[in-house]
Amino acid sequence: MTDEGRDPEVDVRTYTVRLELADEPGELLRALEPIAESGGNLLSIFHERGSLTPRGRVPVEVDLECPPAKFDDLVESVREAGVDVVRAGAEEYREVVSVVLVGHLVETDLSDTLERLESCPTASVVDLSLNAPEGRDDVSSARIRLAVEGGAADVALSTVREVAEEKDLRTIEPLVEEGPS
Amino acid sequence: MVGIADSTSGVVDPDGVDVGAAFDRKNREGTVGTADPGAVLAAEYDVLVEATPTTLGDAEPGFGHCRRALDRDRHVVLANKGPVAERYRDLRALERDSDGRVLFGATVGGAIPVVSTVEAFGTGDVTAVRGVLNGTANFVLSRMTAEGLGYEHVLAEAQDLGVAEPDPSFDVDGIDAALKCTILANLLTGGDPEYTLDDAEVEGIRDIPGSALELAAEDGRTVKLIGEATAEGVRVGPRLVGANDALAVSGTRNIVRIETETAGDLAISGRGAGGPETATAVLADVDRLR
Repeated sequence: MTDEGRDPEVDVRTYTVRLELADEPGELLRALEPIAESGGNLLSIFHERGSLTPRGRVPVEVDLECPPAKFDDLVESVREAGVDVVRAGAEEYREVVSVVLVGHLVETDLSDTLERLESCPTASVVDLSLNAPEGRDDVSSARIRLAVEGGAADVALSTVREVAEEKDLRTIEPLVEEGPS
Repeated sequence: MVGIADSTSGVVDPDGVDVGAAFDRKNREGTVGTADPGAVLAAEYDVLVEATPTTLGDAEPGFGHCRRALDRDRHVVLANKGPVAERYRDLRALERDSDGRVLFGATVGGAIPVVSTVEAFGTGDVTAVRGVLNGTANFVLSRMTAEGLGYEHVLAEAQDLGVAEPDPSFDVDGIDAALKCTILANLLTGGDPEYTLDDAEVEGIRDIPGSALELAAEDGRTVKLIGEATAEGVRVGPRLVGANDALAVSGTRNIVRIETETAGDLAISGRGAGGPETATAVLADVDRLR
């Protein structure tokens, strides 16, 4: 028997952090190191090459997982490393939830599916990965990552369920812990 | 042990049944003795261990066996999920009118003391119990994920290993996990509201393609058949959990996370099924009655 408690290792959330980096070698590493050192688990890095901000800097979007209690310290440590963390307010931090859809995704109009998800006011589609192996009776899978406003994951997931049900798609939802945190 | 019955035969001895001889006979001839199974139910005993196969709906004949024992003020220890999953309130009503008690630790989580741990916290403090409660389904998903093999292939392998039944529907369609969660939901509500399998939202793992597991893995996640029991109901289905999450156990291992209002989470992991595991849980309940 192990007492996990609200073990910080267990109770993790997904965050998206937007950074602006100087267009110089080593900058990205400088931003990422403190994230890992502060207990964050990097999920993906979206480095928009060639696109510069008005201030001539490179925008980078980092998805990471970490315990909510550690998140503020993590952001602080990135700042201390001299990296610009772009955030107008706390609501800039979005929660990213992943959901996998299974079924006849292409035949049921994938772009319509995405549009319908986008129409949910509290969610936007971050990215989509389609896995459609050949020669397997047309059943494919798609992983959709949705950025949702804090606490609105339920609303977004019920939109996903609704659309999936209508198109006879199977959903594999994330296990979102309810109750006190 | 003063009596043993199987579906067609029984053996009773007030001075103690020769258990070894009864098992030898069972293996050799298919019967445990020359008596009628009814003779065992009518015998003098303190505790009835009800371990007939789980049945749905009226939960018979298991429920009737419990009734007979409780009517005689005897204790009942259940390994059969039917009576507590399908007729929780009826069973508790019989218990109230009896000097006998009903314990059912062996019905959820095998050797993992799920029911007694929830009771130890106090059901009012527990907000939810979530976890991996079916070893067969977890074995299949784990192997599919680790080896990139298809469902049918891994299922056949599991059947060869004896991990899956020839008819695996109970496990892979999520029914077994849903029954366990129904029992836990009843435990949390005290039977008000009462839940049965019909109230559970259940999805299995049969039609999950490897492509979905690959996508989950690319995202640092894994797919597990997760059962959830709260006072609001029961849900079982394949879910995405972090690959390093405590609930992401592999193989036939089970895990439950008991979520409490005041004391955070407690996770207990172990062997969720099997003869010795179930026997351990049954004997733990018998001990509790001393």
